[in-house]
Amino acid sequence: MRWIWIDKFIEFTSRTSATTVKNVSLAEEHLHDLYPDFPIVPHSLIVEGFAQTAGILVGEARNFEEKVILAKVSRATFYRLVRPGDTIEFRAKVDQLSEQGASTSGVVMCGEDRVAEIEMMFSHIDQNMGGLEFPEHNFVFTEQFTELLKGYRAGGVVTI
Amino acid sequence: MALTHDEIYSKVQGVLVDALGVDEDEVTPAASLRADLGAESIDFLDITFRLEKAFTTDPTKPFKIPRGDLFPEELDPAFVQDGKLTDAGLAEVRKRLPHADLGPLEKSRDTALVPNLFSVQDIVDYIEKRLGA
Repeated sequence: MRWIWIDKFIEFTSRTSATTVKNVSLAEEHLHDLYPDFPIVPHSLIVEGFAQTAGILVGEARNFEEKVILAKVSRATFYRLVRPGDTIEFRAKVDQLSEQGASTSGVVMCGEDRVAEIEMMFSHIDQNMGGLEFPEHNFVFTEQFTELLKGYRAGGVVTI
Repeated sequence: MALTHDEIYSKVQGVLVDALGVDEDEVTPAASLRADLGAESIDFLDITFRLEKAFTTDPTKPFKIPRGDLFPEELDPAFVQDGKLTDAGLAEVRKRLPHADLGPLEKSRDTALVPNLFSVQDIVDYIEKRLGA
């Protein structure tokens, strides 16, 4: 099972931009590990949440046919800590997209506060790792990921 | 107005500083992207994207670098025999990368050495050629 670090999409414009939301809860065990008496979200997980948002944006641009992997965090600047009870938004945009991969950038916000600015690159590994073989099925975009986007497109409505 | 050699060099230098996290004084014309500036394979795509951005002056006519045009991904099989670079292959590398030190490649003919040869000057030459500077 993948650790999904975003709760839902609130904006998605194909090949252009996406915004997701993550609600941080004290019930999440990892929050107690870094500084036991001062729970914060580690910066690495903020980068992960941004990568999941931007990665789905990049994958959707080619109908999830490419295996999209995070290849490089070009820049990550942090301005504020994220603590239990915070709701953070990952706002990602595609800067450049090619057959081989994509560059993305954006911000992480908590209300009006800027949490971080991040730039990262994704690689379409079947296009770049000449000679190496990967499983044929798309192991990056599992149902867990694609369901997040389907939920947004359905307006978040679940029929029972 | 066409960019001068110095303007092109300065933009290339800025791209490499941003893409590779190196200091400006490390980016010299002879510096090898891999050996001297520590570029890894994904950095070549990053550099390509940043060059396209840096040299686009009119958004309606973006400066595009076709895949494999600046940094060839694979050697033409005609230039490789028994896993080694042929004389014709060596001549092609010399033509494409006139500033590279081909000494080690001439000795070993190891094709894996070719990506190590790209220098800062090779990028500047490529951009000048494309822009007709």
